[in-house]
Amino acid sequence: MLHPDALAQTLPMLTKGMAGVFLVIGVIVLATAILNKLTNR
Amino acid sequence: MEILALFSNLTNITPQMVLMWAIGGLLIYLAIARKMEPSLLLPMGFGAILVNLPLSGAITQGDVEGALSVLFQAGMSNELFPLLLFIGIGAMIDFGPLLEKPWLLLFGAAAQFGIFLTLVLAGFFFDLKDAASIAVIGAADGPTAIFVANTLGSKYLGAIMVAAYSYMALVPIVQPPVIRLVTTKKERRIRMPYQKGNVSRLTRILFPILVTVAAGLVAPASASLVGFLMFGNLLRECGVLNALSETAQSTLTNLITIVLGLTVASQMTAEQFVRPDTLLILALGLVAFIGDTIGGVLFAKLINLFLPEGKKINPMIGAAGISAFPMSGRVVNQMGLKEDNQNFLLMYSISVNVSGQIASVIAGGLILTLMGV
Repeated sequence: MLHPDALAQTLPMLTKGMAGVFLVIGVIVLATAILNKLTNR
Repeated sequence: MEILALFSNLTNITPQMVLMWAIGGLLIYLAIARKMEPSLLLPMGFGAILVNLPLSGAITQGDVEGALSVLFQAGMSNELFPLLLFIGIGAMIDFGPLLEKPWLLLFGAAAQFGIFLTLVLAGFFFDLKDAASIAVIGAADGPTAIFVANTLGSKYLGAIMVAAYSYMALVPIVQPPVIRLVTTKKERRIRMPYQKGNVSRLTRILFPILVTVAAGLVAPASASLVGFLMFGNLLRECGVLNALSETAQSTLTNLITIVLGLTVASQMTAEQFVRPDTLLILALGLVAFIGDTIGGVLFAKLINLFLPEGKKINPMIGAAGISAFPMSGRVVNQMGLKEDNQNFLLMYSISVNVSGQIASVIAGGLILTLMGV
């Protein structure tokens, strides 16, 4: 049985999910770059 | 007549059971003859045969408990086994090259696109919990797929595991045509000379702590997944627990792998596996892997729009952001060498491949958070 109305739930999950992954990874990238700068002096 | 009674169980054999024996045999063949993920496919294949013998004592029958069912309750339904396995995996990973160039982590993030794309597609055919569990096949990471499927109470654990591990082993077949489809020859020939950087020991020690805190704050459901992976890495990098690190990498990993494959097979009974849904799950799993590959490559191409000539990224490295380590990294390197035998992409592709390990676990945790767990 098809659930076409699921799109209303899953599309926002796609946007939030990808945004969330990039947000967390972005924080890790920045923090790592700062760590490298501080510890490689 | 009494002798015939000894064989009465034969009358309980169903065509579906025979099919499962064939599937189990196929998994064993792939594991041994083709060397495809043997550590998981072999116990899964053997377990599939074991649990599909009529009235098999390996699984619970009525009031009589079976060993595999007990193991499942002990370590799978509470997600313990995949988490323990993650300690071993974390202890095996060297984040050094990735820490030298942390921007490579972004490609790991982009290559999780297939998970969320598959969530949207699977949502048409399955209820949301099952759709989310199927989508995490795209994490290309067995423990994450098990963890999410179990937490969400998906009834398709067996099919999800077969799909996840089979496609992980099939990465050398699945990824290259997809990469060629979305890249030009000129792009595939872009060279990326590698210059080794310097990463301090302090950075290597603080990195797993940082990742755990960052991921755990945003996606609390991922705290155990990410935390156990990073704990294993901290055991490796701290430099004062070499014995524990070695134990995690070998003994612990091997022990858990043995029980994990067999325990997953307890979900591969004919009633649970031989249904049209299984074929659909296998198809959606393939979509997830293809979506991951396209997501990573297209992200690299997007970045290239802002980079000058001579500084462009070879977009193939984006495809290595899928968490199938180290297969995907090697595939991308081989494709680069095929286009230009002086173009060594390995350090970049392996670093991106490692970043996919982190990103896939974060994505799995976010799926649980979005599902309200």
